[in-house]
Amino acid sequence: MTNMDLSNLTKEYILKMFSMGKRFDGRDLLDFRNIELVYDISNKAEGSISVKVGKTEVVVGVKLGIGEPYPDSPDKGNLMCTGELLPIASPRYEFGPPGFKAIELGRLVDRAIRESGMIEFKKLVITPGEKVWTIYVDIYPLNDDGNLLDAATIATVLALKNAKMPLLNEDGSIDYDKRKDSLPLSKETNPLSFSFFKLGDAIVLDPTREEEEACDSRVTWGMSKWNGEYMINSCQKIGAEVFSGEEIEKMMEILPKKYEEMSRKIKSLH
Amino acid sequence: MTKEFKRTDGRKPGEIRKMSAKIGVVPNADGSALFAFGKTVAIAAVYGPRKLHPQHMQDPSTGILRCNYDLLSFSVDDRKKPGPSRRSQEISKVAGWALESAIDLKSFPNTVIDVQIYILQADAGTRTAGINAASMALAHAGIPMKDLVVSVAIGKQDKHIVADLTKEEEDYEEGEGATDFPVAKLANSDNFTLLQMDGKIQPERVKEILELSTKVGKEIYEAQKKALKEAICEDD
Repeated sequence: MTNMDLSNLTKEYILKMFSMGKRFDGRDLLDFRNIELVYDISNKAEGSISVKVGKTEVVVGVKLGIGEPYPDSPDKGNLMCTGELLPIASPRYEFGPPGFKAIELGRLVDRAIRESGMIEFKKLVITPGEKVWTIYVDIYPLNDDGNLLDAATIATVLALKNAKMPLLNEDGSIDYDKRKDSLPLSKETNPLSFSFFKLGDAIVLDPTREEEEACDSRVTWGMSKWNGEYMINSCQKIGAEVFSGEEIEKMMEILPKKYEEMSRKIKSLH
Repeated sequence: MTKEFKRTDGRKPGEIRKMSAKIGVVPNADGSALFAFGKTVAIAAVYGPRKLHPQHMQDPSTGILRCNYDLLSFSVDDRKKPGPSRRSQEISKVAGWALESAIDLKSFPNTVIDVQIYILQADAGTRTAGINAASMALAHAGIPMKDLVVSVAIGKQDKHIVADLTKEEEDYEEGEGATDFPVAKLANSDNFTLLQMDGKIQPERVKEILELSTKVGKEIYEAQKKALKEAICEDD
């Protein structure tokens, strides 16, 4: 059953429900599902976490390695975010080279984190122009029940905060058994992402897989607080359905409220 | 408010680079066009609607639009390795959706419209120049469109909102740094078909981005229309 595409009948029913401001699970259109966190799901990773948003589960692990800086930023360390959609997580996922969804997952989480200024890249330099730390973030959904992106952003930020730097030996090798300091992160910058999905005239947050598949387009905003001000750091729209200027402005009003609400929720889980 | 702000190439904040628009640059294609913002030059070609192969991919309820965007290897300072990258695959998809909003694909069941966008010369704003070229190429191919799609990258340097950033402007690092906010919209309505961005902008200032893109979108629309009209006159 789950392998079948969403039927037109279901889509029409979801459209009708949304237009009345209702959802099958009783949430309001802008409500998130419950969030659960489990830290340290792998002791080999420098930092790791499992984040559940409803039935969607994403695991993220952070590893550190030594690499060369990019030629255009010799005084900065590197960040590499990769998303892989393992066939374990959904009847929709198949083995093979990464498709758009996997590519986008890594790239959008990367942009939300990088642009927020959360990571102090200059502090990741070992020898300027030659040797720097590279932070590898690997994102794997274990169960995709919709809104993977927002769950992955939460997981990545918390895994980075949870990570400890391995020790650098004098001969230049890494001792992964001795981890001590936290990563150089700006404490007050906590990026989050919010994906708005559109079906008909309705805009919803945190859809289930069924709701997500019914929707015609999506726009994801990465945001954070920077020097005490709300900042949008990244954005991407997918799908052929348009967003009007009015709809975008409405999202800009919703975002700071949702950011505060979600930040409180995550804090309360610690 | 931003009158005092000096841009590196002397443009006013809301001023886009000199546009160049030309129709029919690829005679083999059903439609084709070139579009340039200053030193950024894009060409686009449209093939179709044509029968989609393999056959099992055909959809009897609609046609599909396939878009491919890439930089030519020599279009940038450090030669780009030929072939698709993660960046180009992402842009191909979002550019395809940006164009699809203007076309009624349901009128062409079982078919595909292939849109090819290539960058000859890159000085930032390549996806937006590419979308402008592709929109003209679709019109040139005679595909019924609800409207032309216009695209421009609005940016922010520190606190100043500016239109159509160059590569040099994108690398700005003072204050709030540089924000790049490429958008595409239907030329004659307030509907946005592409939204991407990275950088730092206050939520309440996004309105200014949308307003400026609407204003310069009209200029782009006129340049596209002019080139399309000239092409038709030449054919006569």
